[in-house]
Amino acid sequence: MQFDPFVIPFNIGLYFILIYAVVRSVRWFSNLSRPDKLRLQRGFFGRAFGQSLKEIFMESLIHRKILKSNFRLGFMHMSLAFGWFLLILFGTIEADIFGEKHLNAPYKAIFFKFFNPDHGRAGFEAAYSFWMDLLLAFILSGLLIAVIKRFSSKVVGMKKTTRLRVLDKVALTSLWLIFPSRLLAESFTSGAYGTGSFLTGFLGSLLASFLPAQQMAYPFWWLYSLSLGTFFILLPLTRYMHIPTELFLIFARNSGITTGDQPGAFTEIQTYSCSSCGMCIDACQLNFSAGITNIQSAYLLKGIRNNENVSDIAFNCLMCGRCDQVCPVGIELTPIRMIRRRAGETEPVQTSIWKKYLPDRLDIMPVKTNGKTSYSFLPVEEPAKTDVLYFAGCMTHLTPAIGNSMVRIFDASGVNYSFMDAGGGVCCGRPLMLSGQDREARELINFNSQLIWKSGAHTLVTSCPICYKVFKESYYLDVEVLHHTQFINMLIEEGSLKLNFLRKKVVYHTPCDLGRGSGVYDEPKEVLKHVVRLQNTNFENEKSLCCGGSLGNIKISYQEKNKIARDTAAELTRENPDILATSCPLCKKILAGATETKVADIAEIVAEAITVPMLKKNTPKPASCLRKNVIVY
Amino acid sequence: MSNFGFTISKARIIDYDANDRSIAEYIAEHEPSFRVCIECGCCSATCTTGNFTRFSLRELQIFLKRGENELVRDNIGKCMLCGKCILVCPRGVNTRNVVTLAREAFNKKVKNAV
Repeated sequence: MQFDPFVIPFNIGLYFILIYAVVRSVRWFSNLSRPDKLRLQRGFFGRAFGQSLKEIFMESLIHRKILKSNFRLGFMHMSLAFGWFLLILFGTIEADIFGEKHLNAPYKAIFFKFFNPDHGRAGFEAAYSFWMDLLLAFILSGLLIAVIKRFSSKVVGMKKTTRLRVLDKVALTSLWLIFPSRLLAESFTSGAYGTGSFLTGFLGSLLASFLPAQQMAYPFWWLYSLSLGTFFILLPLTRYMHIPTELFLIFARNSGITTGDQPGAFTEIQTYSCSSCGMCIDACQLNFSAGITNIQSAYLLKGIRNNENVSDIAFNCLMCGRCDQVCPVGIELTPIRMIRRRAGETEPVQTSIWKKYLPDRLDIMPVKTNGKTSYSFLPVEEPAKTDVLYFAGCMTHLTPAIGNSMVRIFDASGVNYSFMDAGGGVCCGRPLMLSGQDREARELINFNSQLIWKSGAHTLVTSCPICYKVFKESYYLDVEVLHHTQFINMLIEEGSLKLNFLRKKVVYHTPCDLGRGSGVYDEPKEVLKHVVRLQNTNFENEKSLCCGGSLGNIKISYQEKNKIARDTAAELTRENPDILATSCPLCKKILAGATETKVADIAEIVAEAITVPMLKKNTPKPASCLRKNVIVY
Repeated sequence: MSNFGFTISKARIIDYDANDRSIAEYIAEHEPSFRVCIECGCCSATCTTGNFTRFSLRELQIFLKRGENELVRDNIGKCMLCGKCILVCPRGVNTRNVVTLAREAFNKKVKNAV
């Protein structure tokens, strides 16, 4: 039996982390809600299993998403994750083929060179040693980038990297020590026996020429084992917990589990899956425009993991969703933030270091209710029956040009419509939701729902993406909800709206709540292509910027908002367009104050382009698809 | 003399010593822009809630600063947080945060935390 005391730290660490991963997984599984449990079971024994394995290979090992967006950073992550995986895999195979017997204990593979120092002199053995050296060199190249990144993140194309806690730094140091100590240990052993390939062999013979290699090797084998052991023991307390958690997350997500709007085990899994890589920090406009660097999603999740009071962080966010798009782990960051907003302020909990290994559930209090209704003053209204209901929204009342344009478009297309909040209606409820006041929001939602239901409309058109998102997601109504850009696009396709072509260069700013928030990217552009020449910007679709005026952020000051608005407007008007088009009254209002270029809503541009028919036979036919019967459930 | 018109308004004394300015101070501490309000009333002019009922953020801010909290406590819940007032404010007061903080302060006041 090959054994040496130096393998003990590694063995303790390895068996600890394996048992720990199983215990945590069982706890997470038991904390899932019953439907989620069933989903996970079905996913585990179904098609989702293959998808998950593929995703684990592509994302957790290769880091495809990071490679695509930033090659140097992706290479760093890939070399450490994929390289280490290959080193373990081929190390195990090596120990199995060339070791004294088959099916060895894991430490035999990790410390193969120590127990078989004479291995790798010629033939296939030498080729295999070459391959193992190549893998080690691959990891070390990534490690070099990682060390450089810690001191100057610009080198790998990142503007900011995450600030770490003390424990994270200790774990990081032990992780960094693993591979150089392996290199030196293997080199000294190779130097003493005259084996090793291009890396360990060369370095070994070099070191052996002036150092007693035989004696020097042993301390480095201890260092290698100790750093591995330390890393495994500290892993659950640090951001490296993301390594085991991410596997669980990928299986859960592919089985169809989503965050929803209640805290639960899945939220907890996502919280621990964050590797604090810092991609969200670079994407955040509060960081690169307003200089606020302590509220990004990585810090939110870090605060939640450490049971801090994160309400200040949770509320200081534009909720634009840019971080959701760049997160390489695919964590649903904005929904998690919404859950924390509902929770409001929480007491920070101090726990002992032992408690942190098996923390309590990250549960937060349910919404407080005081039973009083806040909006009992709202009048009971009896709206007129209509087919299409137009809800302008609060913000549109501040930019009346949009509302007036919509009225012109409605009139020109001959739709039977009714202006729901012509005299200034009730708020849609989303601003209250964004402030975490769901109960109050529900009152407004009920009020508006009644109005819509009484009007008998089958289509609801709104001009404001903020309203659009909440009508779509939080109103339980049997009406088709359309943003006005979708509605105009439908009218054009049907031929009930005839438009002139305006000779104007236009860039389009995708509003956050319409684009990333609701996934409406194409319709506004289709409409614009009918009437103007649409120019491309560097911030299209998912990459679009936020205007800074978002109602999501209630902490940010006027000056900081202005900085974001000016940066956004400057980026979008780089090509000197005639008009900066958008489809959100709030974006219009904010951007108009931040640029010299004319800012207009798509509705305004379309209303300007409406053709007046010269002959009666050219009159556009009234929109037909809107004449469907109302289905009453 | 009694017919001179002194009786139109009720006699009223604002006693600054008796009034409780803790809520206003709590808000100003967490949202400094609360101090720069000039009580111009633009927020009240554009207010969505103001369309339906007697609700004026300007009035509430004045009362808060004076430390007369009863009217504020009864009315602050009427705000819908739609955010139009922020956009029209000439001084850049973060009115939504003022309202949220006021609600928070009244909630905490019940628990004697402020």
